[in-house]
Amino acid sequence: MSETVADVSALIIQTLLANPKVPRDISGSSKIVEDLAFDSLAVMNFVMEIEDSLDVSVPLDRLADIRTIDDLANCIVSLKQGD
Amino acid sequence: MSIFTKYEPLARSLAAVTNGGGRNPFSVVIDHPVSSTVGVIEGRETLLFGTNNYLGLSQSEAAIDAAIDTLRTHGVGTTGSRIANGTQGLHRQLEERIAAFFRRRHCMVFSTGYQANLGMISALAGKDDYLLLDADSHASIYDGSRLSQAQVIRFRHNDPEDLHKRLRRLDGTPGAKLIVVEGIYSMMGDVVPMAEFAAVKRETGAWLLADEAHSVGVMGEHGRGVAEACGVEDDVDFVVGTFSKSLGTVGGYCVSDQDGLDLIRLCSRPYMFTASLPPDVIAATMAALSELEQQPELRHRLMDNARRLHAGLNAIGLRTGPQASPVVSVVLDEVAQAVQFWNRLLDLGVYVNLSLPPATPDQHPLLRTSVMATHDAAQIDQAIEIFATVAREIGAGH
Repeated sequence: MSETVADVSALIIQTLLANPKVPRDISGSSKIVEDLAFDSLAVMNFVMEIEDSLDVSVPLDRLADIRTIDDLANCIVSLKQGD
Repeated sequence: MSIFTKYEPLARSLAAVTNGGGRNPFSVVIDHPVSSTVGVIEGRETLLFGTNNYLGLSQSEAAIDAAIDTLRTHGVGTTGSRIANGTQGLHRQLEERIAAFFRRRHCMVFSTGYQANLGMISALAGKDDYLLLDADSHASIYDGSRLSQAQVIRFRHNDPEDLHKRLRRLDGTPGAKLIVVEGIYSMMGDVVPMAEFAAVKRETGAWLLADEAHSVGVMGEHGRGVAEACGVEDDVDFVVGTFSKSLGTVGGYCVSDQDGLDLIRLCSRPYMFTASLPPDVIAATMAALSELEQQPELRHRLMDNARRLHAGLNAIGLRTGPQASPVVSVVLDEVAQAVQFWNRLLDLGVYVNLSLPPATPDQHPLLRTSVMATHDAAQIDQAIEIFATVAREIGAGH
């Protein structure tokens, strides 16, 4: 099965909302560091959870270019397509 | 706008720590050592439980004598890098001693332990390779991975099965895969399940680098670290370590049976573009290594002391890591409480390390202690008593 960017975005938001500290009004355009107040370690740990849900590894250097939830979803979809 | 504007959040965090008249925990001055276990801080003799000086060898008479003798014959510095300005006989001698201690064919010495990880990881993993790092890796490992330009994948802390899963995802992908683990993790003192990681390495054809900075001189029948203790030294391709913990001096190294190690000297920037170790440090390190080899009782005393401190802190209701090791960390819930606890410990004569998130696992603040072979039972009991007093005062623990 191949997920779309929208599917992956929805899954990321669902995973984030399981954390009570995350604001309730997040969307695909929310910025992971600024809007969610995640530090570098929290971002890496959260990405690890998403990796397990989607059976994909996101190399750390890719994270440097990711600002929003949709950016992360795009990155994961392209990794799953073997990019 | 100031060039420091970006550090305003950091300044606010520091201000929060020192609010209410607390000390800056990152600026504590140990005026001078009285012994390996006692130092003078703020004019008071203070028990040292936060120095990583596991065997007490920073104050070794033999190492001090060796350093002084060598200063007289060799001078105070090397004034340059080995690649540009020359290797001294002492550098070779030290590398041969370290290689022989580990029963490995090759050794490469660096000017600090940080540079050993930085220099080895950045040079071993090229841009088409993969680095697989434990999530709780030391900053030197993360920094080495950034300098390497390799693809970097984290696996869950001390979880060989999670590593295996991530390696399986890379099946058929070109490029070398280098797994990096630590022997003892510096924040919680937990020990790597090295045999299980070695099995994953064998099964997947990856390479394995073990940073035994906190475990050499501490674990294994001969003090060679966790790989020796687990009987899997042959599976560890590269052992990285430091002189600044159990050996009491400064510097780092990598040992390996791989003949390619010599090529790393010509492409590892943290090795090539920094001044080499000075003669007195080399002489003191070799003398300390002799003590480590000739006095296995130091290791036994260290582990007895670690168990005494670990059990004592648990008995007074404080939460620590699961294993007794020379690093025993008390886990607290709130930064403000940890800061207050740490300040009171120092008021009452015990120096430990205050470790704050995000440098700690799981976002918890830690009071990180490190034990020494040279602590006596009375010093450990006194430290536990002071921990108990402060815990009661501020309502920490159970």
